[in-house]
Amino acid sequence: MSSATATPARPAGAALAARVGRSVTSNPSVLPTIASVVIFVGMIVYGEVAYGRIVQASTLSNLLINNAHLIVLAVALTFVIITGGIDLSVGSIIAFSSVAGVMLVNAGWNPFAVAVTMIVIGALFGLVSGVLIRYFNVQPFIATLAMMFLGRGLASLLSTQPERLPEDSALRWIGEKIKIIDGPKVNDLTVTPAVIVAVIVVLAAFFVLHRTRTGRTVYAIGGSENSALLMGLPVHRTKVLVYVISGALAGLAAVLYTARLGTAQNITGIGWELDAIAAAVIGGTVLTGAYGYVLGSVVGALVLGLMTVLITRDGGIPPEMTTIITGGILLVFVLLQRAVTRKKE
Amino acid sequence: MNNATAVWRDLIHKPFFWGIIAIVALLVLNVLKDPGYLAVSINPNNGNLVGNVIDILRQAAPIMMIAIGMSLVIATAGIDLSVGSMMAVAGAVSMEFLSGPGATGTAGAAFTAVGLSLLVTAALGAVNGVLVAYVGLQPFIATLVLMLAGRGIAKVITGGQNTAASNESYRWIANGYVLGIPVVFILALAIVIAVAWVVRRSALGLMIEAIGINPKASRMAGIKPKGLLLTAYILSGVLAGVAGVMSVGSVMTVDISRTGYQLELDAILAVVIGGASLMGGKFSLSGAFVGALLIATLDKTVLFLGVSSSATPAFKALVIIVICLLQSDRVRAWFRRRRSAVTTTRVDAQKKEVAA
Repeated sequence: MSSATATPARPAGAALAARVGRSVTSNPSVLPTIASVVIFVGMIVYGEVAYGRIVQASTLSNLLINNAHLIVLAVALTFVIITGGIDLSVGSIIAFSSVAGVMLVNAGWNPFAVAVTMIVIGALFGLVSGVLIRYFNVQPFIATLAMMFLGRGLASLLSTQPERLPEDSALRWIGEKIKIIDGPKVNDLTVTPAVIVAVIVVLAAFFVLHRTRTGRTVYAIGGSENSALLMGLPVHRTKVLVYVISGALAGLAAVLYTARLGTAQNITGIGWELDAIAAAVIGGTVLTGAYGYVLGSVVGALVLGLMTVLITRDGGIPPEMTTIITGGILLVFVLLQRAVTRKKE
Repeated sequence: MNNATAVWRDLIHKPFFWGIIAIVALLVLNVLKDPGYLAVSINPNNGNLVGNVIDILRQAAPIMMIAIGMSLVIATAGIDLSVGSMMAVAGAVSMEFLSGPGATGTAGAAFTAVGLSLLVTAALGAVNGVLVAYVGLQPFIATLVLMLAGRGIAKVITGGQNTAASNESYRWIANGYVLGIPVVFILALAIVIAVAWVVRRSALGLMIEAIGINPKASRMAGIKPKGLLLTAYILSGVLAGVAGVMSVGSVMTVDISRTGYQLELDAILAVVIGGASLMGGKFSLSGAFVGALLIATLDKTVLFLGVSSSATPAFKALVIIVICLLQSDRVRAWFRRRRSAVTTTRVDAQKKEVAA
């Protein structure tokens, strides 16, 4: 079956390889991103050979459905990291925003208004971080750390119990599976509105970062803030903006996650900021800023998601090894990035 | 009187001044709720001091340890996210050794357990150091790897369980008293003073700060940044190990997922409250000391005021925001403008004195 798909793809593949080769020689910073794509494909091939049932519609659509929120978070972090900053608050924003959202639904609010409120809550957290960073020269790490603590604490003040979304709530529709292709047995190609939202977010972020002035300013700030300022770019406004974007996307991720799960708790999203940072780094975003691609971060998020799938499929890997493997994969990627940047020097 | 104002002026310009004010404010808040809060009494049975303040000192000890290590790492413009996980590893090594068949209940066994724990965390610190200094990874990512993997390593060591053990000498480190004062605080104070003495009496501290300011320039000035970076990360690892021993010793059980959990963030906060910049280039061990005390006081106060402990982070956030605002130039300039009308004449007088 694999040879059947490979034969017609060859000419297109050769053209693609030539194009990839050209872009690598002209810009070595895309190499980590390409490496992450290669490793992603490698993981899929390995999974298919070792465990089977990986390359099939249901597994791949579940991969997207289960990681829609992580993809959105990775996009959020990409914006911030490209400017040379960091946002540690996204996990806590999800906790506060989802607990508040579910409580509002239970209080009888319109689901659409709730979703908007959840995103606005995230944006407000981001705005506070941005203002602290821009106007009071607080370092991004500390400012977003404060927001991380604030979000987690406020979520705990609201409730420490799991809050359930009513079964008939319209918000759940976002997490509902829609069959596109009805395959044999349970092998269906399905999407949820959440996946579609995530894809739209990725496309919008790609457009903003690569096709607008704001996007170029984001890259310029990461390269050198002073130079960007001297060039007359709106550095201050953009710096606040990236944190607002990141917070709002975290709020959106809260909507997607809550709709899929149906419950929210104050401990939701602990450590997700690290997952999102790891996804961005695996996808080739450099933490000092200026280098990185949204699509790379998406692949990074999928690599992390696929790893969980492979570990559960294997069954023989003890659960305590999971974090060691995550750490190991992260290490491999940063070493690769380091090798690439060193060559450039 | 002039001398007194000079001392006051000196204190107010210390970076950790606002940390001290915050500690005092929190204590005042506690006293308002319970007038006897600050009372320290002597336990008639064994002559030990008991009281809330003593508890705070005891709780602050592990935070002080990792905050001191973190100060040095941050001074090199780095960061060490793995200290919390390393505490869990140190605890796991100790408990696994003490509960093992070869261990006896003697002081010797406790000594070996502590030694082994510190050796393992030193090795993990060295891994961080090599990744940062020789491989050239960004400190955030290099230590993030160990932060994620560290708890896994601790789980592998204990086989996924929360191992408990009993050893009176080991327990004494965390719960014992000398002259009525908790051993753990004396130990922490001694280590802080020792580290401060070494880095400030030698050129070590200066060289570490030089790396943080400009690694290239420091290399050209004849400093070898790689060895120093490695030293800083190893020291941070060892101190995290000490903190792990302290926090595990009080309950004699290692809780893989909870021991040292998010304590790296507390340590970073303590350093920032102490007035250091995450950009590196300077450190203040006394500031980190005050910062650690403030965090311990805050934790205790929130519990004392009857707020759910899971809401503690919100209060931490408020303290961070307020202290960061007070340290920021914009707010300081605003204060100065308001005061300038009053103080202009005095400043003029001082300038004349200096000129003369």
